[in-house]
Amino acid sequence: MNWLEHFFSDLGTTLRDVLPIAAVLVFFQLFVLRRRVANLPRLLTGFGFVIIGMALFLQGLEQALFPLGKLMAQQLTDPGFLFAGAAPASTHWSDYYWIYVFGFAIGFATTVAEPALIAVARKANQVSGGAIGVLGLRYAVAMGVAVGISLGCFRIITGTPLQWYIIAGYVVVLLQTLTAPKMIVALAYDSGGVTTSTVTVPLVTALGLGLASTVPGRSPVMDGFGLIAFASLFPIMSVLGYAQLAEWWINRKSVKAQENENAL
Amino acid sequence: MTKRIDFKPGKNHPGSWHNDRMPQRLKNIPLLKPFYPVVALVLGSFRDLLPIIVVIGFFQLAVLKQPLPDLYGLLTGVALVTLGLTLFVQGLEMGLFPIGESMARGFARKGNLFWLLAFGFALGFGTTIAEPALIAVAGEAAKVAATGGMITDTPVERSSYAWGLRLTVGLSVGAAIALGVLRIIRGWPIQHLILAGYLGVILMTFFAPPEIIGIAYDSGGVTTSTITVPLVTALGVGLASSIRGRNPVTDGFGLIAFASLTPMIFVMAYGMIRTL
Repeated sequence: MNWLEHFFSDLGTTLRDVLPIAAVLVFFQLFVLRRRVANLPRLLTGFGFVIIGMALFLQGLEQALFPLGKLMAQQLTDPGFLFAGAAPASTHWSDYYWIYVFGFAIGFATTVAEPALIAVARKANQVSGGAIGVLGLRYAVAMGVAVGISLGCFRIITGTPLQWYIIAGYVVVLLQTLTAPKMIVALAYDSGGVTTSTVTVPLVTALGLGLASTVPGRSPVMDGFGLIAFASLFPIMSVLGYAQLAEWWINRKSVKAQENENAL
Repeated sequence: MTKRIDFKPGKNHPGSWHNDRMPQRLKNIPLLKPFYPVVALVLGSFRDLLPIIVVIGFFQLAVLKQPLPDLYGLLTGVALVTLGLTLFVQGLEMGLFPIGESMARGFARKGNLFWLLAFGFALGFGTTIAEPALIAVAGEAAKVAATGGMITDTPVERSSYAWGLRLTVGLSVGAAIALGVLRIIRGWPIQHLILAGYLGVILMTFFAPPEIIGIAYDSGGVTTSTITVPLVTALGVGLASSIRGRNPVTDGFGLIAFASLTPMIFVMAYGMIRTL
């Protein structure tokens, strides 16, 4: 019965999340737009699917993947694992190499499973007439999150100020914006915000807090934050970079084709 | 109010169905034919989850060298996640995308800018204020503020700090969606507004109390929930495709970007005001 109890508690959470949204939609539809909604039964079924789907999704994550992932974050940051015993008086940032690998892998894997990102990628694919690939976009975003989480772990371990990384990141994003294809810019900015929701946040937060509470000289209250910020900034760069690479590749191919034609 | 939105009549973007999630090889098995949609969706969801299973399995078995605890619970959990994701994706195409786009078209046809901006604001505010991730972050922020001596460490003071923070983020996301909608209608280039936002974040970083900076930066990422994102995206794309002269790709996206940028500025401002 424990299972059922959990499911209903997750259903409650999801409903609480949906209720204000539904209230806003219904109010504006009834009192401002005052038009009949096309295909209402199908729409309501869709909403039902979303609510039950999210509840099952959360239930499964909490049952299987979150406990193991959170425990893993704790064990990997434990001095007993990293230094085969007690922590030495001073540690070098490179002693934590498993953390960087884990941060990279878990950042990539949770982002690929993020439902909000799936939604945005599908919409982008539809409106671009297939020019923006669903999987290509999602993998580009996931690479950005992976690099971001690794670098964020490095920042917690070295204790360097968060704002310098973020400001440097902003400069890179703005420089990329100047040269990237116009079509991708808005979507790239959006991909920063969608990466961190249901799957990524709990695992990454556990990693940050575990790291900040075991690295000598760090405190979880002061240094445990910032991973989410990294995970929302780096996908912007990776998506812009992906588009720049794709454009460069296509240009190169067309230049080559031109040359071949001229040679004939 | 006069018509201030140049409505472009036309068709909605057709939702792409399950075909793109179906491997070609499986399409050739005749026995599976009646079950295409279901099989395709479940397979697609499982493929999305595979990386997490591989990563956690690898670190547990090869790096930490420990057995997998409670294999039965693990397998049923993965099955539930797969099923949940499948239903969610299906519901997305049936419910969230169509309502977002149909309301966007409705507002564009009506042509009343005030109500459209009010809708954007209400959607942003309403979805953020009840967001569980934000409630958790606000609680953490109150703890940090109490530890840092910015507020007195009493439960009453803490909950008032957390509530104020939630209200601040809710208002900032509401304002962000309304501004983003205005941008789509006017056709302003997104990078100018984002540049202004980045300058705002950097400027505030120099004045905000150091304790709040980490939380402020993180707050940008947690405000947009899994249900808000598809709805807001459909709203933006629907608007851009119903207004003459706008391109759904270059103009339709960008609402989420604003919604994750403004909270950073407003949370730092809140931290400054509360410490005065």
